[in-house]
Amino acid sequence: MKRNEPAAAGIDEKMQLARVIGTVVATVKNETLEGRKFLIVQTLNADLQPTGKPQVALDAVGAGAGELVFWCRGKEASFPFKRDSTPTDCTIVGIVDSDSHVYQKSRESRVESRE
Amino acid sequence: MIIARILGTVVASQKDERLAGKKLLIVKPINLDGTDQSGYVVSVDTVGAGFHEKVLIVAGSSARLAEGNKDCPVDSAIVGVIDSYEVNEKE
Repeated sequence: MKRNEPAAAGIDEKMQLARVIGTVVATVKNETLEGRKFLIVQTLNADLQPTGKPQVALDAVGAGAGELVFWCRGKEASFPFKRDSTPTDCTIVGIVDSDSHVYQKSRESRVESRE
Repeated sequence: MIIARILGTVVASQKDERLAGKKLLIVKPINLDGTDQSGYVVSVDTVGAGFHEKVLIVAGSSARLAEGNKDCPVDSAIVGVIDSYEVNEKE
């Protein structure tokens, strides 16, 4: 992706939108992940359409299935927890209230054409 | 984090001394439907995973944060053994 291109694919962004599509059960895990919830998230583009491969994310906010969330990647993903000892590279850090709270260019053009 | 399955082991006698005693496993990332993705990753095991098990892989500098990987030159770590997962893409 070019540096000045808007994040259509969203893959290189630090924080991005995703839909929670499932859960993962893992009894045996690194001690520092004890009691944490794993969710499967499907990343979305600016039009809230699925893009890229689903990932497993650690939940920091209590998100549930079907919810629109934003998440962060990289080392920063461990900051909501004990930052020096939580091995995660993908963490859900917020829940979007509803789909209509997301600015969508395609929807704006539809609204204009109606007016 | 990604889901992967364990394919094999790596034996390396000559390695960075901070990697001494660590188990290195070859894993292959998989899709949610169980099919393989392309490519392989050598990952440090922190949980005692075994062959053919599905595991959770953490990549990048976060892999170093796993218990037992402090200050190790590691960019991929196995942090969990998956019992099961459930997906409902319609939601």
